[in-house]
Amino acid sequence: MNFYQIKKRLKYKSVGIAGCGGLGSNCALALARVGVGELIITDFDIIEESNLNRQYYFFNQIGEKKCFALKENIEKLNSNIKVIAFDKKLNPKSIIEIYSDCDVIVEAFDKAEMKQIIIETVLSEMPGKPIVSGLGMAGFGENNSIKTEKIGDLYICGDRKNETSDNLPPLAPRVGIVANMQANQVLEILLYDSK
Amino acid sequence: MKIILNNREEIIAPENISLDELIKIKNFTFKMLVTKVNGKLIKKDERKTTIIKKDDNIAIIHMISGG
Repeated sequence: MNFYQIKKRLKYKSVGIAGCGGLGSNCALALARVGVGELIITDFDIIEESNLNRQYYFFNQIGEKKCFALKENIEKLNSNIKVIAFDKKLNPKSIIEIYSDCDVIVEAFDKAEMKQIIIETVLSEMPGKPIVSGLGMAGFGENNSIKTEKIGDLYICGDRKNETSDNLPPLAPRVGIVANMQANQVLEILLYDSK
Repeated sequence: MKIILNNREEIIAPENISLDELIKIKNFTFKMLVTKVNGKLIKKDERKTTIIKKDDNIAIIHMISGG
């Protein structure tokens, strides 16, 4: 497939991204660059200076809502993409409402509780819907510990062990690696989907 | 008995144990888990009553904060 064929296929695809932090913002920009037609992004949080060590925002966006700032950054990069932004804290009901029509869902939360909620909701209430999750990416180094595993419709990207803590902060390189692995997995799912 | 745990074949000694017991035996230490048996999601409150049988395909996935 050449890039023209890839873009042509992706133009009619919709990807849901739940969370606009380190994973969500970087994954969204990667998918926007290759031309996924529609991105549905959700977050209730505000950009803080401490987020700039890994999240795709700029100094002058501190204080803005992440979902709207990300929409702005995506549109700056590729204005052909339709970005639907929700300023919302997700729960099982709203996950189903917002993401039912997406081709793939990207789990891009930071907290384990929220990761569990969306994975369980998608696996039990949205059968057949692929979900790509990021699990384990804090700290630095250990490139080769980061990988992808498929368990049914759930795809897991990450090292599966490094949880964020005071002495193991999330940093741009490893978070970016996992976010881009998620984007790469999304492309594989979308481009091998014959529909 | 033989089971498949997280995409790998394993032999576990006890027969007919619950998913909850399997989690303890295999020492899954993180608080937040997502569990599946033969493709079906098993929520936390169903783990004690879900019995693991020979050749079952089980996924026990740690939820890890960070993103």
